[in-house]
This record gives sequence, structure tokens and C-alpha cells, in this order.
Amino acid sequence: MLRLERRRQPSNLWRWGAPMAAVVLTMVLGALLFWMIGRDPFLAIKTIFWDPVFGEFAFYYRPELIKKAAPLIMIAIGLSFGFRAGIWNIGAEGQYIIGAICGASVALAFYPMAARWMIFPLMIMAGILGGVVWAMIPALLRVYFKTNEILVSLMLVYVAEVLVKAFAVGLLRNPEGRGFPGSRNLTQYPSAANLELFAGTGIHWGVITAVLSVGLAYVVITRHRFGFDVQLAGQSPRAAAFAGVNTNWLVIGCMGLSGGLSGLAGLFEVAGPSGQILGSFPAFYGFTAIIVAFLGRLHPVGILLAGLLMALTYIGGDAAQSAMNLPSAAIKVFQGMLLFSLLSVDVLTNYRVRFTWAKGD
Amino acid sequence: MKRRTLLASGASAALAAAIGAPLRAQAKTKVGFIYVGPINDGGWTQHHHESAKQMVEHFGGAIDFVYQESVPEGPDAERAITQMCLGGANLIFTTSFGYMDATINVASKFPNVKFEHATGYKMADNVGVYSARFYEGRAIQGTLAGRMTKTNKVGYIASVPIPEVVRGINAAFLHARKVNPNVEFKIIWIFEWLNPAKEADAAKALIEQGCDVVLQHTDSTAPQAAAKEAGNVYTFGQAADMAEYGPMPRISSIIDNWAPYYIARAQQVIDGSWTPAFTWDGIGAGMVGIGEISDVVPAEFKAEAEAMRDAIAAGSYHPFTGPIKKQDGSDWLAAGEIADDMTLGGLNFYVEGIEGDIPS
Repeated sequence: MLRLERRRQPSNLWRWGAPMAAVVLTMVLGALLFWMIGRDPFLAIKTIFWDPVFGEFAFYYRPELIKKAAPLIMIAIGLSFGFRAGIWNIGAEGQYIIGAICGASVALAFYPMAARWMIFPLMIMAGILGGVVWAMIPALLRVYFKTNEILVSLMLVYVAEVLVKAFAVGLLRNPEGRGFPGSRNLTQYPSAANLELFAGTGIHWGVITAVLSVGLAYVVITRHRFGFDVQLAGQSPRAAAFAGVNTNWLVIGCMGLSGGLSGLAGLFEVAGPSGQILGSFPAFYGFTAIIVAFLGRLHPVGILLAGLLMALTYIGGDAAQSAMNLPSAAIKVFQGMLLFSLLSVDVLTNYRVRFTWAKGD
Repeated sequence: MKRRTLLASGASAALAAAIGAPLRAQAKTKVGFIYVGPINDGGWTQHHHESAKQMVEHFGGAIDFVYQESVPEGPDAERAITQMCLGGANLIFTTSFGYMDATINVASKFPNVKFEHATGYKMADNVGVYSARFYEGRAIQGTLAGRMTKTNKVGYIASVPIPEVVRGINAAFLHARKVNPNVEFKIIWIFEWLNPAKEADAAKALIEQGCDVVLQHTDSTAPQAAAKEAGNVYTFGQAADMAEYGPMPRISSIIDNWAPYYIARAQQVIDGSWTPAFTWDGIGAGMVGIGEISDVVPAEFKAEAEAMRDAIAAGSYHPFTGPIKKQDGSDWLAAGEIADDMTLGGLNFYVEGIEGDIPS
């Protein structure tokens, strides 16, 4: 029979092998799923994983991939610090939405003034600030009242979703929109637009920021005191306390960092790919980024790769939907399998599988 | 596509080249649909999809049909539409208002593909716009509601505050008041098109407040079920006939029927005679269907409603004919004046007598 035995130390091989095994497992399970609903499983997997990167229309999909991955990476990088320290910000989606609302509000307040040198930086600051403020609610409640930041930050996502709907039909509604909900399109306002910086590459300010955040996170985690405190607090809270780590400041720092990055991601999204404040603006990036963070083992480089992979399943999944008329539910199940596979394979990181004869010891 | 060509020409030119190149010429016309909901939502998307399937049936094997369901309004929509263009579609219907900017953006990159955007207002050389005059059906519902109510309270489950919904409320209210000067409307906004739980709650709340007729601009049958449970409440089918709830509580319905339009436009693309147009059809053209009025309605009222339906279809009666005042008491339409389509298209005020505000 099979028996799980706890490892003394997490296996290094499986620490990095698990995500890869999870991807392979997802492909196998996905192929099985597509086969069961009567589609060619190999073609489906190829359409999802291969075609967007190397297929006939890769020139279109590659930039799309980068655009889709950028907010995921940025949010996941922010989350990874808290997750390492055992501070669970589940509400990145809400911080992302509020960052977008704040950034867009600044842009629309100046409309139609032409002063990009001032307006765009102000939007960026507003986006960060919005995300930080939204994250400070669960952070300060935890510090002062010992509330659970998981619950509070999650609840605030729903508040943010209601707010974005209210802003879309109220304060930020486009006065020239013929009575329809939705703000002006920021991509059509040169002072505020976050457009491609190099035509056809998909690279906008959000992509550059995402890459910078990966580099900075790497330095902070490996070289800076804050990174050390975060890791220590996660591995051994008692040791951290003895080492003089102030837990309260750690909570505020980690929540603020992830809130700020989420808000910034929201700002770049609303000023670029999305363009508008709409009721349908929330795209679950904040939740998907949680999967990205864990798939990337909370390591900056891992997150970069995981973000790209996650974006690929979205872009490729959509492509498979229209190319093979796959139901959208099948694609969603497939994407969900990735997290499920990772969680199950992860058992191998902390446990060793033993084959024993059923004697009872 | 060589990498060098891409770098030299930029992506949009490359996109255009990919689709414009004669080697991709195909014999069959490919028609694509982008849906905002799942194809079995029972309402808006399902009726677009069923109309699309009727179109496919009409042409037999002469056209290829592709669709993508549950496409969120936003950047994903732009990609979904582009994807269909890259896949060789010749005509693409984008069936939700929120796809407007995405449709226009993609259309500028694929000048050879024709686009039809539902319920929007932005057009281009290769983008046409279409919508249905659902308010014509609302006028008939309002008439029936005014006649059937005993409590003089009519409930209205409103979805998203856009002009189409406001038009429907105004049309229903005007015609209910016309036949019953004491009628009042109670309106609940749920900010969604389809949410059975919220729709049921709204219906129950309205019934508890004394409404014995409930109109809905939401897509599920949940309000019908709530009305049936309460008894002695009348409802109308929305988007679908919802005949399974007849003869009580459902006494009539508004049915979306896009099939004739889809067939006509696809035929024009096949013939090469397609030109962008702003189409806004109603009962007359068959885009808006009025479901059978059930026998629960007394014969004289049924005849009255059917006469109105026929007059609207023939073009001899317009539901927005003055004199009509706005909610604040100011004049909108003088006696005999008919509302123009521009005003109706952006309607953002209630008419006199409706209580409450449009959410903003």
C-alpha cells in the first residue's frame, strides 16, 4: 500500500519539479477532458500551448501574451512577499480595481487637458495610492484589532466590484456615451493612454514595470534586510521575534507592497488594454495571480515564468474556443486543473511516498 | 509570416496582410459570432445563437459558422474578434453593447472583413449596427398591464440603466397610464441581465408591495416562477416566449428574433452587396415578436392589444407619440409629435408620472 511520510526538509528536487509536473499533469488531464467531449485532444493541446507562441499567427499572439501576463506577474510579485511571511492578502482583485478607479479618476479630472508629463505620473501615483489604501484596511484591522486579513481583504473585493459598477454608471460615466454606462476610453485621450511603446511588441508601461518588479523583488529577497525578515517570519515566527522583527510593520509593509503593485497593475490595465472603467472591468487577475505566485514558488523568476504560462492558457484557451468550438466551460475547467494539479503534486515536496506491505507497523 | 516582414511593417499591417493575401481566399463565406453569455443562458445569448443556427440551416453547407461564448467585454473581446478574423471569417456579429470599441478597433485592422455590432452606435466603412425596437413590445405589455392590474401597482424588474431599458420602462408606463390613469410603477434595478436569484428576490419584493403585474427586462424565468407561486400575478416572457409559464402567470411575451436579419446580411456578404447600415427594426420587420396573448386576458383587452401590435407593425402608430412630458414636468413631445430615433437612442430620462430616479 501507499504511505505518505513527512520529509524532514522539503525536497529541493520536488520544489521545482512539482510545478513542471503539474503542468504536464494538466496537459494530460486536459487532453482527456477534450477527448471525452469529442475533440481531438492533441490538436486542442497544441492550439493552447504551441500555436500562440510558434504558430502561424504568433506575430499577433506573442504581444497579447505579454500584455496578459504583465498584470498577473506584477500582482503576484507583490503577493509573494506576504505569502512568504504568512500574511495572506486574498483581496488583490479589490486593490487592482480601486487602483484602476483612482487612476482613471485622475485622468478624467484633467480631461481634455494636454499635459502628459504631469497627468500620467499623477495617474500612476493615484493608482498606487488607491491600491495601498484598500490594502491598509485589512492590514490596520489586523494590527490593531487582530482581525483575519484573509476574510477582510476578500470581502473588500466585493465592495470594490460594487464600487466599479457604481462609478461606471455614475461619477465616471462618459457624458458623450449616449446614456450607456462606462467612462471615456482612456486610450483615446493621449495624455492618459498607456499604449504600446514599440508598435507590434505589446510592450507598454505595465510590462516594463512588471519586469522591473521582478528584478527588484529578486534583489530585495536575496540582499535586503526586508527580504530576510519576510523569510524569517514565514519560516519561524518565534525566531523572527527574537531577531527583533516587528510583526506589525511586516504586516503593513507586505500588505502595502502587494496593494500598491495591484493598484498599479489596475491603473496600467484601465489606461491601456481595457481602456475604460466598466462594470465588467474586473477580470479576476487578482485571484489568478494567487495561482501564479504559488506556481512560481513565490520566487521572482518563477513568478515571471508562471505568469507567462498562465497567460498562455488564457490566450491559447480562447483561441481553442473559437478555432475548435470548444465550450468556454471546458476551458475554465482546464485552467482550474492547473491549480488542482499543483496542489496535489505539491504533496511530494513535503512528503515521501513509501510503498509498504500491509502488515501494520 | 517572416519575422523580418513583421518588424518592417508593424503588427497591424501584418494582420491586414495576413487576411488580405489572396492565398487565404476561400470558397465558403465564414460567419462568426461573439457572445457575451453562455449559449444556453435562456435569454439574450441563447436567442442570438438560435437565430444564428437558423441562419446556418438556411444556407445549408454554403457557409462556415464559428462562435465564441462568454467573451468578457474588454480587452479579451478585442482578441476574440481578432482571432476570428485571423481564422478567416468574412462576417462577424458582435452581440453585446460592450464590444463596441473592440469591434471598431479590430475593424480598422481588417478592412476586408464585415462587422455587425448589436445595440451600439459607432459605425465604420466595414461596421454596421443593428438593434431591435423592443419598446414597441413594451407598449403592448404596458397596455395589458394597465388593463389587468387590480391593485393598480405594476412591478418592473429593470436590468442595467442604459437607454434601451429606460425606453422600455417609459413605453410600458405611458401605455399603462393611457388605459388606466391610476396605475403606478414600482421599479427595481438589479444591475445585471441575468441573475435568477436576484430576479426572484426582486419579483417577490414587488409582489409583497402589492404589485399584481410584474414586467421584467431580465432574462431568466425566475420572476415567472415567483409569480406562479404567489398566484394571481401576471407576467410577460422576456427574450424567449416562456410559454411553459402560460396561460398563467405569463400572459404574453417579447421574443427576440434575429434570424431574418442574420440571413439577409450573410446573403449580402455572399453576393458582395453588403454595405454598413444602421438597422433598428421592430415588430413590422419581424425582429420583435409578440408572444401569443393567453386566454386569461378578457377578449376585449386581447383585441385591443393585438390592434396596437398590428398598428405598430403597419407603421400607423408609434409608441412615443406626443403629448408627452418628462418626469420633471417639462415638455418633451408636443401633441402629435413623434420622438426621433436620435433622442430615443440615448433616452436617459423618465416620462411624467414615474416615481424614482434612474440610477446614476
